Amino acid sequence: MLDYITSYLKSDTTPGSAGNLFWAFVYIVLIFLGLSVAVIAMNWLERKILAHMQVRLGPMRVGPHGLLQPIADALKLLIKEDIMPAEADPFVFWIAPLVVVITAFTVFIVVPFGPTHAVTDMNIGVLFMLGVSSLSVLGVVMAGWASNSHYPLMGALRSSAQMVSYEIAMGLAVVSAVLMTSLNKEGTGTLSMIGIVQAQQAQHVWFVFKFFPLGLIAFFIFAVAMVAETNRAPFDLPEAESELTAGFHTEYSGFRWSLFFLAEYSAMIAVSSIAVTLWLGGWMRPFPNALGGETWDLVFSLIPGLIFLFLGAITFYSTSRMPKHPYFRVQTLGLGGFGAVLALIGLLLLIPPVRDRVQDIFWFCAKVAFSMYMYIWYRGTFPRYRFDQLMKVGWKVLLPMGIGVLILTAIAGVLF
Amino acid sequence: MAPVATTFFFYFLSALTVLSGVLVITRKNPVHSALALIMSLLGQAALYLMLYAPFVAGVQIILYAGGIMVLFLFVIMLVNIEKSLKEDQFNKQWLVGMAAAVALGALFVFVYIKGKGLFPDRTIQMPEQSNTQQVAVLLYGNYMFAFEIASLLLLVAVIGAVVMAKKRI
Repeated sequence: MLDYITSYLKSDTTPGSAGNLFWAFVYIVLIFLGLSVAVIAMNWLERKILAHMQVRLGPMRVGPHGLLQPIADALKLLIKEDIMPAEADPFVFWIAPLVVVITAFTVFIVVPFGPTHAVTDMNIGVLFMLGVSSLSVLGVVMAGWASNSHYPLMGALRSSAQMVSYEIAMGLAVVSAVLMTSLNKEGTGTLSMIGIVQAQQAQHVWFVFKFFPLGLIAFFIFAVAMVAETNRAPFDLPEAESELTAGFHTEYSGFRWSLFFLAEYSAMIAVSSIAVTLWLGGWMRPFPNALGGETWDLVFSLIPGLIFLFLGAITFYSTSRMPKHPYFRVQTLGLGGFGAVLALIGLLLLIPPVRDRVQDIFWFCAKVAFSMYMYIWYRGTFPRYRFDQLMKVGWKVLLPMGIGVLILTAIAGVLF
Repeated sequence: MAPVATTFFFYFLSALTVLSGVLVITRKNPVHSALALIMSLLGQAALYLMLYAPFVAGVQIILYAGGIMVLFLFVIMLVNIEKSLKEDQFNKQWLVGMAAAVALGALFVFVYIKGKGLFPDRTIQMPEQSNTQQVAVLLYGNYMFAFEIASLLLLVAVIGAVVMAKKRI
């Protein structure tokens, strides 16, 4: 048994391809926990960042700077009454949030956090991710129909039309990136997520900069389509508050609603990680060519630990600025403890063996986090599209652009 | 990695596919039928995976379960379901249906009995890791002409749909 567990540590593949069920299970649990924490953090960050963009304070009451607000929200949702409309279709109403959540979490088994840090590496990685995440629209449609109410049905119809249209543009952008993998020295393309990053490593270029500006345009198409696919502002027509109250999940409350919330954010993380893997070099650190060499490798490997130490220092500074009233004593102690945890993680990341194993994961997560910040930024900046404008952008702008980029990439690949 | 519990998964997935297929025709509510059809298609996709054809499985999920079935549901939701619930579910064509069922059943029994002689002795084991590449070589190499003709047919269908839907082009 112990041999079985330790035997994987010597291999240099993913647990899935090594056939080690124990480590695959460990990875699945870690990814699940990490995702849940990320969703909670995103909930707080989105409200805070949006508030600051609109010159407000945002949540300030629960915990220092509202840090415990998402936990309070989760508690509220769990003890809220669960209502099902009288004329609803009970089975479909019950299963719809499950479909959305399961599809949103399943895609993460192929996400490569590092050369060996993925649950498994599939031959059809990207195809699997696109296919499974396209199933989530079924859950949305089921939710909208089963509620037996007008606003949810309108939301579901909008959502299905929108997702089917943008999937095509998204697929074309992905194909042009997959085409680029076939242009490395070995000459065979790949759909595997790890293989795509390794192709970028072998060609010494992130695909967003390859065949400039073709890679950049493909990335742009994907970046627009992925916002539409996840039903986020400015393409959040299926849940447009001013027109449809809450769209397809109007009739959902309590825990079921929180499942939709969870699924929306993990789907955002999933499509962001596709974008990062295909165009932004996956787990590779920034500037592998311009700032190459042993010294720069060392400098970049120190960054994760230093960032956590910096965050810890900021937290300690905030702790010292907390009001000195006895009422705030618990909050001050909690914030100090949080800062101590951050600093401890920072110190842990500076130890050489840990540093080498974890920096891949850090760079991947940092790129995904950047993409998530962009999501919030879009929501704070762009006004919502009208539905006909949305369809026009999808079919008349992104689709022809995608086909053009695909053809030009193929031509460039043959010429250079 | 060596396959685990192959027999169990084969029977489980086959049962899932067949049962959902039966549900498709026995449910009165068209939306329930469509959902059962999705389950059936997903079961098929998993069976393709068991046959070492991951590319076909992926395409099955992305096209049928994720694309076509969404359009199915889209159309069904716009249909008045109360009216369709009152209508007869089955046509009175049991004579023709019985003949077709008997013919198909006889074919199955024939293949089951004579099966050995009809198929080659040895099944070709497709290596899982290069399945996609092999599909590409066959489609764009050996069967290029047939593939292009099929895509031309699809193009004709698309243009035909546009011509029928639009009064003035």
